[in-house]
Amino acid sequence: MGRLFAVEIVYRGIFQKNLAKNISRGVVLAAHHAGKSGISFGRYGDSPERNGIPAKSFAVIGSDPETLEEGMAKYEPKEVDITIVLDDTLLKGVESWAWYGLQPINRLLRPGGTLIVTSMHDADTLIPMAHRKEAPYRLAILKGTPSFSGLWVYKDDHTDVRVLGAVARVLPELFTIDDVEKAILQEWSAPLKATSARKAYERITTRVVQPTEGNPEHPFAFQLPKWHEMREGIAIPAIPRGAPIADPVSGQSGGFRPARNPTFKKFTTRTMRPVVNFDTCVKCTLCWLQCPDSCFDVTPDGFYDANMEACCGCGVCEAVCPVEHCVTMVNETAFTDNSSQWEAWKKDRTAYAAWLQEKIRHRPERTHGFRFRGQYEQELPPMLEIAGGAGPEEPSGEEE
Amino acid sequence: MARAVEQVAAPQKETDALISGSEAIAVACKLADVDVITAYPIRPYDTVMQYVAKLVANGELDCEYIVAESEHSQFEIVKHACAAGARVFCGSSGVGWMYAFEALTVTPALRIPMVAMVGNRALDDPGAFGVEHNDALAVRDLGWQLVWVDTAQEALDTALIAYRVAEDRRVFLPCAIACDGAFLTHSQAQVKIPPQQWVNAFLPPYNRGDLLLHPDNPITVAPQVNEDWLMEIRKHNDEAMKRAKTVIKEAYADFARIFGRDYGNPFFEEYQTDDADVVLVGMGTLSMPVKVAIRRMRQEGKKVGLVRLRWFRPFAAEELAATLGRFNAVGVIDRDFSFGSPYTSGVLATEIRAALYPAEKRPPVLGFICGLGGREVTVPDVQRMTDVLLSAAAGKAQPLTTWVGIRE
Repeated sequence: MGRLFAVEIVYRGIFQKNLAKNISRGVVLAAHHAGKSGISFGRYGDSPERNGIPAKSFAVIGSDPETLEEGMAKYEPKEVDITIVLDDTLLKGVESWAWYGLQPINRLLRPGGTLIVTSMHDADTLIPMAHRKEAPYRLAILKGTPSFSGLWVYKDDHTDVRVLGAVARVLPELFTIDDVEKAILQEWSAPLKATSARKAYERITTRVVQPTEGNPEHPFAFQLPKWHEMREGIAIPAIPRGAPIADPVSGQSGGFRPARNPTFKKFTTRTMRPVVNFDTCVKCTLCWLQCPDSCFDVTPDGFYDANMEACCGCGVCEAVCPVEHCVTMVNETAFTDNSSQWEAWKKDRTAYAAWLQEKIRHRPERTHGFRFRGQYEQELPPMLEIAGGAGPEEPSGEEE
Repeated sequence: MARAVEQVAAPQKETDALISGSEAIAVACKLADVDVITAYPIRPYDTVMQYVAKLVANGELDCEYIVAESEHSQFEIVKHACAAGARVFCGSSGVGWMYAFEALTVTPALRIPMVAMVGNRALDDPGAFGVEHNDALAVRDLGWQLVWVDTAQEALDTALIAYRVAEDRRVFLPCAIACDGAFLTHSQAQVKIPPQQWVNAFLPPYNRGDLLLHPDNPITVAPQVNEDWLMEIRKHNDEAMKRAKTVIKEAYADFARIFGRDYGNPFFEEYQTDDADVVLVGMGTLSMPVKVAIRRMRQEGKKVGLVRLRWFRPFAAEELAATLGRFNAVGVIDRDFSFGSPYTSGVLATEIRAALYPAEKRPPVLGFICGLGGREVTVPDVQRMTDVLLSAAAGKAQPLTTWVGIRE
């Protein structure tokens, strides 16, 4: 039997659907130029995709047709050579939109495999977000902001071909950069895109991530029941009602924290999260009322504390808040834990205000759509500059 | 749940009435003290809703009577009412039943013990209201229990039995009572109506237990189910359907004890089979011309019998195989057709062949397509089928499927 290759592409549903499809197709096309055959497919269970929900595409390549059949005999790969992450907030783990439970982003990576991440952050910021893995793996960072290339609009910032260039670099057994170039010219007839791929190939850096590095938490796991353990009629017992919470300073008990279903944790699907300025909050209850996931805990002093075990980062609270800058959505990568903001504010208001100001710097530009005519043209040049121009990418080289 | 209005000092004996099959089902709804009924008119089912409406208007039955805006809504409403602990009734016919299909598919998976009546009707060559079994048979693979009745009396009795079986916690699957359009639904016959006390003794109140959708029992019913759960749900329902066979036997035995009407083998009726060489198999009101024809043919010395199947789901495969294996040839009369099926047969013929396959003795099974769209199945038709069957029993090759009574 020959060699079987698998590449997994993790992306934000709808927003990056065509980007992911382009990449998985590009991997197969480039491999074809290298004399291999493969298939490209989207993970069926993620369909219909939801806005921003983690979704996956796969490319499976065999060095010969029989080996490819070995890969095609599976619903999807159980082990991959490369995981491509198209939004760095996905590093905290992915959770499909139903009952799968949290999966570490590097779960399918085989020992020595490579995690390719598009990000503006450095390795020291990115590595602690991903769960620890028993065997070393490699991290490759492709400099770039999360690309928007969804169902209806394709913002061609060359992220697709840059990723292909990176793949050629980290897995030369699969295909060479020349194969990538041939595939690009054939598929897109765009010499400039071929140039971008070559630049990514030259500039991509990798770093080995040791088993001692990364988020030490055990990922949330969900045990699926046997048929006779299930109740008739798919009846699912409700979770308990919840209880008051204690004020961390006065010890006074009050308010209400709803109990939450441990099988439906949602925080891993966030790209951003709300930060709340309790000094300006007028307790109008709108965030609490409008939150589709009941993520707000009512505190004994009547504030609304966004609980990060339940928040999926939709931003409705920010949209409905009538007080300017009271609720602000901030990029998820700016946070390392899910602790209570209200408790921090209660304990030290001055420190909290400073923390808040620091976090608000990470307020993301909303890239998931176009708000005015010409925005596409306006946004493209800086992204292309990162991709191919005098961007701050480091020179190439393996840091083993 | 409130019991039906009980008559003061009601006599502990049955009363005679001249009622149609539809009316018999309506009377069963009253006796079962149904809580919620939904209605949307389609012939021949609409006669049931008319009779039930009359019972409600006369104050004989206290229930929610909801006229829905379509068959789909009709079945959705009772589905949810049943999840909330109501004993429900609903029904439809032909394309109306088809229009409700999305609701029908989820009903077994949610373990809703709904009882429904299908007034069998052709699908749906414009204007054809006549009986054909394809409408009810369409749910055969969905987890519905399916039972065919022959007379108005059997319709009444079977409806009560259907509630008893469906609502048994070992089963908790919906049950559809298939009634031949016109022949059964629209013709009146003498029916014995049991007193309420007997029914109360036979049919316990519907108890949904810990599956009850109620604020005091907070549960989610019908959550998002992805491919991770599907096989387990199917297996769950499979076990319930297997248990239904036991529960059906118990229910008929109890029915015989309380009502004094013994149907014998609940799954199928046998007529003059003891010494028969060949046997005809069918469902529903076909039995009438078949029985008449059998009596005439017996006078001519032709040893022919009838097996009339009642329960189609669950299918009494082992029992049928044991019975049918006794004969030299089996002729299955289908009042339905399955285009492109094995040997282009009717549905029942295919099922009977499948049931016989593992059997030790496998007589030839010939299919007859007959009486589609309400066309009369005549005594000479049955005699023709029997002649083909006798010929096959004598070892002469015969076509596996024959259309009888078609203009040629």
